[in-house]
Formats: sequence, structure tokens, C-alpha cells
Amino acid sequence: MLDAGAQPLVQVTDLKMYFPIHTGLLRRHTGDVKAVDGVSFSINTGETLGLVGESGCGKSTVGRALLRLYEPTAGKVVIDGQDVATLTPEALRKKRPTMQMVFQDPQASLNPRMTVADIIGEPLQEHANLDEQGRLRRIYELMDQVGLNRSFANRYPYAFSGGQRQRIGIARALALNPKFIVCDEPIAALDVSIQAQVVNLLEDLQNRLGLTYLFISHDLSMVRHIADRVAVMYLGRIAELSPRDALYARPLHPYAEALLSAVNEPDPNRARRQRIILKGDVPSPANPPKGCNFCTRCPKVFDLCRQVKPDLVQVEPGRFVACHLYTNSNAGPTGTQAPISDNQQGVSQ
Amino acid sequence: MADLAAPVLDVRGLKTVFHTRAGEVHAVNSVSFSLRPGEVLGVVGESGSGKSVTMMSLLGLLPSPPADVRGGQVLLGGRDLLKISPKELQSVRGAKVGFVFQDPMTSLNPVFTVGNQIMEPLRKHMGMTKAQAADRAVELLELVGIPDARRRLKSYPHQFSGGMRQRVMIAIALACDPDVLIADEPTTALDVTIQAQILELVKELRQKLGMAIIWITHDLGVIAAIADRVMVMYGGQVAEHAPVKELFANPQHPYTRALLRTIPSISGEREARLQVIEGQPPMLTAEPASCPFRARCIHSLDRCAHENPGRHGVDGKPLGTGHDVACFWSPDLMAEGEDA
Ligand SMILES: Nc1ncnc2c1ncn2[C@@H]1O[C@H](COP(=O)(O)OP(=O)(O)OP(=O)(O)O)[C@@H](O)[C@H]1O
Ligand SMILES: Nc1ncnc2c1ncn2[C@@H]1O[C@H](COP(=O)(O)OP(=O)(O)OP(=O)(O)O)[C@@H](O)[C@H]1O
Ligand SMILES: [Mg+2]
Ligand SMILES: [Mg+2]
Repeated sequence: MLDAGAQPLVQVTDLKMYFPIHTGLLRRHTGDVKAVDGVSFSINTGETLGLVGESGCGKSTVGRALLRLYEPTAGKVVIDGQDVATLTPEALRKKRPTMQMVFQDPQASLNPRMTVADIIGEPLQEHANLDEQGRLRRIYELMDQVGLNRSFANRYPYAFSGGQRQRIGIARALALNPKFIVCDEPIAALDVSIQAQVVNLLEDLQNRLGLTYLFISHDLSMVRHIADRVAVMYLGRIAELSPRDALYARPLHPYAEALLSAVNEPDPNRARRQRIILKGDVPSPANPPKGCNFCTRCPKVFDLCRQVKPDLVQVEPGRFVACHLYTNSNAGPTGTQAPISDNQQGVSQ
Repeated sequence: MADLAAPVLDVRGLKTVFHTRAGEVHAVNSVSFSLRPGEVLGVVGESGSGKSVTMMSLLGLLPSPPADVRGGQVLLGGRDLLKISPKELQSVRGAKVGFVFQDPMTSLNPVFTVGNQIMEPLRKHMGMTKAQAADRAVELLELVGIPDARRRLKSYPHQFSGGMRQRVMIAIALACDPDVLIADEPTTALDVTIQAQILELVKELRQKLGMAIIWITHDLGVIAAIADRVMVMYGGQVAEHAPVKELFANPQHPYTRALLRTIPSISGEREARLQVIEGQPPMLTAEPASCPFRARCIHSLDRCAHENPGRHGVDGKPLGTGHDVACFWSPDLMAEGEDA
């Protein structure tokens, strides 16, 4: 899927998203929840980047800030040549059709009072210049694409199963021929067979239409199936960004290692890997620790980690890690120390 | 042995129907199971198979109409929950049975702070003062791994991430040290490390307090990690029921067998394409007179179209204590020459 000449479609540089904390009677601004605190990555055209990490580490916030459903505090989000973070409202409106989101909960994101045809047709009404008949034709075409029977067009969402509802959400996201889709936990609420249907569908669409995905999920087996590369986040920052197979075979960052060791094998009769149980305080994004964000729980922590925040650097071809183990020559394995730069990352496969 | 203890919860022949404009929906049909102190019963099954409706029915949580809990018994500590007054039922729900709902966003109240919602049952059922309840709420949030818990008491649900809201629900359900915890997809929004932490917490509570647990999930990895026994549901019925190791090693029902094949693995070969179970779930417009899985079953027999197979034991143990299955076909038939 990825060839050497692949170009980044999405390029995120030092993205920050802070939510202000107001306290006291006067609601004074006394601090910030640093939900996303300096995140950089890129996604090539036709590629799927998996985004995983602890609950509350900022995955959804990254997804929303990328599509400017939140106003980012700082940073650049270049999608197909335009910096989305600074577009004017009018330019943003024009850009919207090319970037879409599939939300985690299909039930909550579909208006129960609209028919399926209305839901899928809504973005067409707003952005496409189609007459009534053309619109209906496009709605049917989309329903075919996601495998929904046309005769369901006038039904309401409650009459569908979870997997069918998720497909309605996908059809709506596809309506305007987007190039880039953020899938935020698109399968978490579905049973395994329907999960498989939805993932197969996303892959088929990618192969046919060349779509680019950011796939947010806590299901590491499914991420292994669908993603080309995977970014592991911890407390608002990227800990490791690696090609899929390399990451699953040998995670480099101690957090990535702990995360992968915790996956439950779906069979009690099979031996599991040695689980690394993380100890220590889980820090709050309102008050991240000095030095490395992971230093309060890292089993391999040493002095430097509590003083200096490690940068995300390339330590092996295509593998980026933010950890002093890999950059401090006294403390562990060394790699090529190339600080991350905009054009280096992501095209390196 | 847990086997010998009397059940804390005994559900027999539960049946729930919804009245809709398009007719009846027979969501739950003759579901029976029991739960002993300190035991974890895992419940799996297809989306729409009646897992949530079963649990909501037994706790009287479904609005009626449209729901009609038509039959069965739900024995908790010797009392039938389907017969007691709404007021008694309410105190059972708060104090004896903790419930984690499937969707944390719709079950947390958006206009009250998180702290407020955890403290409410503590004050109501445990008679705590405001200060005591606040301290206990902080403790509970820390138990489920929410950092900076005291400050977070003042947050509103929308200021929490999806997984954090789910953990708040777990904290509320555990607040009054219930005898039975019913958790409906409680960890779907959680990453594996926090999930592991919650599973450890639950195992500890069950050991220390003898809490019995019903854990509904589609994540077979979680089932493998914590369940003692597993109940597989399909089309509003119990399709198969077995001790956890037995279920994974020796699945009998074609639905269970298909289900176990659809999961991608974290180790092992990476498949090019995921397996799915072809076809649609049944509509359940009437009480099923044939096997609800028949239309999608690769092993269906003539008989399956005329009769709804009841549960029968496969290991000689009494129903509900060992391995049983509701199916006319059996893997032994395959061994005897039928094509796989
Ligand atoms: N509107 C908001 N106001 C204040 N804080 C917020 C807001 N939205 C998110 N946060 C905080 O930002 C952090 C990251 O939240 P986010 O929803 O991005 O996490 P996540 O990685 O998607 O987690 P999950 O896996 O649980 O969905 C959390 O600490 C959360 O409490
Ligand atoms: N208010 C209602 N009116 C009509 N049918 C309903 C109603 N509530 C639930 N049902 C139906 O009852 C059946 C069982 O639903 P239930 O929520 O128990 O499924 P589930 O096994 O929990 O599925 P999931 O894994 O998706 O949560 C479904 O077919 C559903 O459509
Ligand atoms: Mg999220
Ligand atoms: Mg349910």
C-alpha cells in the first residue's frame, strides 16, 4: 500500500490543545488541562495511521483538533496543502467536505428524528450543488457502497442494528468524497462480527477510493489488523511512532511495551505474555510531571527522565521514540539521533 | 468450592416483550442463569441478542410500556424482585446490586458534577455526611484510576474523556459495596492498561467482599481474563453456557464457534481479511418456534426449522452448573463424517 514516493496528505506540527481551568467565584483562569501538548506526525495519502494510548491521553482531542472541531491552542495542521488550524471560517467551510469524522457512538451521533436518507443527504444539501433527484441518486449510491439495502432509505435509526447504524455514519462521512477520515473508536460499541464487517468495509473503501485514515482505537488487535503505522500517545504527547509490524514485534518505548503486554489473549487456555503492571501515580494533564511525562510510572526511569523532556527522535529507520533510553548514550541502546522534522517523518518507509 | 454455595441471584425463565407500533418484539425468551457469591459470570453475544434487556428486566429498569416483563422469577436473597414494590426495588438497586450501564454519556446527568453523582448513593443508602461522602468519592475515583481525584469531583461529565466517564460509572456502582455487580460493557471505552487495572480491582473486591459479578462484553479477551463461567446469548435466548476454559476449548454451538473465529489475534498470523458471520440477526417479532440462528447456521438440520432447541447438558451436570447448549447439531456429528 505504501510506496517510496508516497506523499504526506496530513502533516501535524507541534499541535497543542489546552482547555482552560477556571476556579473560584470569579471563575479566574488558574491553569490548563494540557490535553494535547506538542504532537507532530504525518499521514501519507492512502495510509492508515493508528492512534492508541491510555484513556484520557488526548486521542479524541487530537482527532477533533485536526478537523478543527476544536480551535487548537497552537501548532500547524496541514491537510492537502492548507493549514486547517488558521483557515478563515469561509475557507474552512469550503474545506470541510474533504475531511470527515466517524464518531465513536453511532447512536448518539445520528439524529433519531431524521430518516436514513435525510441523515446521509444532509451534507449534500449543505455542500453539494445537486437537485432533488441528483441528491437521491447519490444517497442510493452511498448506501450501495456501504452495503445498506436501498429499501431502508426511509427508516429511522432505531430500526437498525449497531453495525448498520455505524454504516450510516460511514455513508454520511463519505457523502462528499472526502480524502481524509478521522475514525474515533468506530468499532468500540459493536460485537466482533460486526466489527469485522465495518473494518472490512473501511479497508475496501480505502483500496477503491484511496482514502487516508486516522484510526483511533484502544483495540490493539484491530489496530494491528488495519493500521500501516501506529502512534502511541501518553499524557498528551507521542511516546512512540513506528511501522505496525515493528511495533508489535518489539515495542521500544517502555509505555508502548507495557501497553502491548496488557492485551488479553482471547483464550484462557493459551499462555499470555508477561504482563507489565504499571505502578505509580497517574499524573493529571493539568499538572504533568517535570521531565518525561511517563517518569512517574516508568519501570526503566533514571535521573535524566525527571529533569528533561525527551524529544521524539528517529532511533531506527522509520521508528520514532521519545525516550532518553534511546538518546542518552550512558543509559542504554543508542540509535541515530535525528531530531524529528516536518518532512522527515512519515515519508521514511 | 463456589459450586456448593447457594446462589445469591437466581434467574428462571425470564421473558420480556416490547410493544411497538410495528407489533411485538420478543427480546428475551426464557432466560435462566444463576450466580454464586464471589463468582464472575461473563455474558457475550451478538448485538441485539438481549443481553442488556435481560439485565434491565431483572432490575425493573425498563419503562413499561413499552416493555412487558411477562414471566419468570428473579430471586435475590430469597425474594422475587419481579414481585416486590417499586420502593423496595429501588433500595435493592442502590445498596444490594450495583449496575454499570452500557452508555455512560446517557446515564450520567450532564447538569450535575461528577462528585455530586458519586456522593448521592452514599448519602442516600449509607447515611454518610457530605464530608464523609466526598472523602469516599475521592477514594473511589482513585480506585478506578482517575488522577487528581479531589479536583475532578467538581468536573462535569463532558469534561471527562469517554473512558473516564465509564470509570465514573464503575465508581458509582461500587459505592455501596453491593453483593452483586452487573456491569454492561463497562470497559469498552478503556485502554488495555486501565482495563487491566479495573479487572484487578474487580477480582480483589470479589475476593475480599465475596461480590458476585455479571460482566457483559463483546471482548472475549476480557472474558478469558476474568470470567468463571460464560453465557452466550443469541436471538433473546441462551445459546450456550459453560465454564470459561471449557467454552474456549470445546465450543458446541455453531454461533459460539463462529464467534470465536471472528476475533483478530494480537500474536499469531495477521489475516488479510477478517472473518464475519454472514446474514442478519432474527427480527424476533414472535416467540421463536424454531432455532433463531438457523438462517445463518452452516450446520442447520431439517429439525431446526420446526423446533426451537432447548438447552441440554453436554457433560452430564445439572443445567446451569456445567456445560449446556441449545442446539440439535453437535461437533460429534462432524467427526462422524459430515463436512466441516
Ligand atoms: N471540553 C473539555 N474540557 C476540559 N477538559 C477536557 C475537555 N475535553 C477533554 N478534556 C480532557 O482532556 C483530556 C484528554 O481527553 P480525550 O477525550 O482527548 O481523551 P482520549 O484519549 O480520547 O480518551 P478515551 O480513550 O477515554 O476516549 C482528558 O483529561 C479530558 O478530561
Ligand atoms: N424500546 C424498545 N422497543 C423495541 N425493541 C427494543 C427496545 N429496546 C430494545 N429492543 C430490542 O430488544 C433487542 C435486545 O436488545 P439489547 O439492548 O438487550 O441487545 P444487546 O444484546 O444488549 O445488544 P448490544 O450488544 O448491541 O448492546 C434488540 O433487538 C432491540 O432492538
Ligand atoms: Mg476518546
Ligand atoms: Mg447491550
